Amino acid sequence: MTIDLTQMQPGESGLIIEIQGGHGLIGKIQSMGLRPGKKITKVSSHFWRGPQTVEIDNLQIAVGFGMARRILVEVQR
Amino acid sequence: MKIEKILLVGNPNVGKSAIFSRLTGAKVIISNYPGTTVEFTQGKMKFGEESAMIIDVPGTYTLEPTCKAEEVAVQMLKEGDLVINIVDATNLERNLYLTLQLLEKDKPVIVALNMWDDTKHRGIYIDVKKLEEHLGVPVVPTCGLTGEGIKELINRLPEAKALKTPLSSDSQRWEKIGKIVEGIQKLTHRHHTLLERLEDLSIKPLTGLPIALGIIYCTFWVIRFMGENLIGHIFEPLFEKLWLPLMMKLSAFLGERTFLHHILIGNLIDGKIDFGQSFGLLTTGLFVPIAMVLPYIFSFYLILGLLEDLGYLPRLAVLIDNFMHHLGLHGYAIIPFILGLGCKVPGALATRLLEEKREKFIAATLMAIGVPCMAQIAMIVGLVGQRGGKFVMIVFSTLFVLLIIKGLVLNRVLKGSSPEILVEIPPYRIPQVTAVVKKLWMRLSGFLKEALPFVLLGVLFVNILHTLKIIDFFAYIFTPVLTGLWGLPKEAISALIVGFLRKDVAVGMLGPLNLSTKQLVVGSTVLAVYFPCIATYIVLIRELGIRDTLKSTSIMIIVALAIGILLNLILV
Repeated sequence: MTIDLTQMQPGESGLIIEIQGGHGLIGKIQSMGLRPGKKITKVSSHFWRGPQTVEIDNLQIAVGFGMARRILVEVQR
Repeated sequence: MKIEKILLVGNPNVGKSAIFSRLTGAKVIISNYPGTTVEFTQGKMKFGEESAMIIDVPGTYTLEPTCKAEEVAVQMLKEGDLVINIVDATNLERNLYLTLQLLEKDKPVIVALNMWDDTKHRGIYIDVKKLEEHLGVPVVPTCGLTGEGIKELINRLPEAKALKTPLSSDSQRWEKIGKIVEGIQKLTHRHHTLLERLEDLSIKPLTGLPIALGIIYCTFWVIRFMGENLIGHIFEPLFEKLWLPLMMKLSAFLGERTFLHHILIGNLIDGKIDFGQSFGLLTTGLFVPIAMVLPYIFSFYLILGLLEDLGYLPRLAVLIDNFMHHLGLHGYAIIPFILGLGCKVPGALATRLLEEKREKFIAATLMAIGVPCMAQIAMIVGLVGQRGGKFVMIVFSTLFVLLIIKGLVLNRVLKGSSPEILVEIPPYRIPQVTAVVKKLWMRLSGFLKEALPFVLLGVLFVNILHTLKIIDFFAYIFTPVLTGLWGLPKEAISALIVGFLRKDVAVGMLGPLNLSTKQLVVGSTVLAVYFPCIATYIVLIRELGIRDTLKSTSIMIIVALAIGILLNLILV
């Protein structure tokens, strides 16, 4: 099923299928290594719509909540 | 072609600066502040028969910049004759994006595959020869920390090639990277190490928040412990036992009433030199920066260096992100604040990490008036602390509450909203003793070189103003505010004037005024808030522009007026 990054459970993995947003935002997110086709694992999610930390290619990245909602992920549930 | 300028370009945190210091070795010139070129570091390197200028460019993920630091990187690119693209070997895929962008430019490029030693224990295998064939430019595995591969990198610099590949779109680049990486990189499974478990614990909110509180608490405790002991057991005895007798002789030699005595030794207190109160160049002028401030600067930068090298700060930024949004900032704005606790100049510069103008303005304003620098902290602890720890707490909690209120208000008043955090969290690395000591040394000598002259200048300046009676004129004008609103004696004006130059001396000048505890608290707080020192102010003008700096200044003045009045009314 397809969910956004904020809806993933800590420890859960999935494949990024789409990043929604303008050219600038997409470019910025992609240049950090978050892009469609990549396997992504959620590490933690901070309280009160805080940043989401994810792991991708051995690297941890913190993504703000709003941005994380624009990253759509395919997960097996 | 003659190579004059070599740029080190790469993603943030891939070890550019480590390579930089390897290449430039002992000859390194690190241009710090002030000056227009603070944003990068440059040094010289022997390169065959000639020497070339090496420039350590701020890290960037892409040549389409998203913040000021990245803009600087892209600007710099135009000036270089050759680019050493530093690539993190443990993170090849993402790093190659910038590499491909660089190859599209008309600049000779050579790739340093850095953190090579890390690939082994991370279970990563890379076929360097094949990578070189794919890219079309030399690729040299390196390890900046140990120096491995640096010689080969230098030897192969002449092989660097400008490919000027045709401009491609984002997706074309990623497609190409996918193909390259698939053919040359193998990942094998590995077990989690202890450090990685710690990484997880310190980023998950339930464990991360208590860990953060623990670290902050320990940091304060250790800095205070080291600072107090260095002062009590080393610096004060040194001054009292070795320097004082010398100064007494000089005092007797000069004669108490002479002009030179006034400038060099200052006033005798009950016929004796008092390092805290005499206010001569060679007495208080040296005692304040060296015996009162330096020990705290030392302790602070030692701990900060350890935390920086460990990789803790980005984690703190993530944990505090939520809270910072209330102040109109995102979590990464904690970095300028933390640096500002050491000195506001690097703090103000670090606002370049922030993407938007609004955010930069808020961060710079809050930092300038809410975050006291270590020199000032040391003096407040030293001076107000004599009246009891409670009063030190009053000063610092007032500053903290002010910072929060100002953030809340600015976030409400200014149009727009705070951008979101998007930051890479580096793996923990055990800090290396030599690296920590080197950095500490650079910062300490920086303090002595930049701050000491200003301190002496401040003391000299106020002595001259006193001698020429100019101080009396200012005191006369400002008495209504000083005495009427803040309840301070009119002599406190000299502290306010010197506060434009240096905050530590300014706080120190409250010492000889025989203030009541309440007056001391009001005075220290107002001194912290009303204006940052001139060095910081210059950076603020450059970073924010004149208009925003003026806006920021008016906020400072209003806040200083208000808090002075308020404390004067509330405190008993």
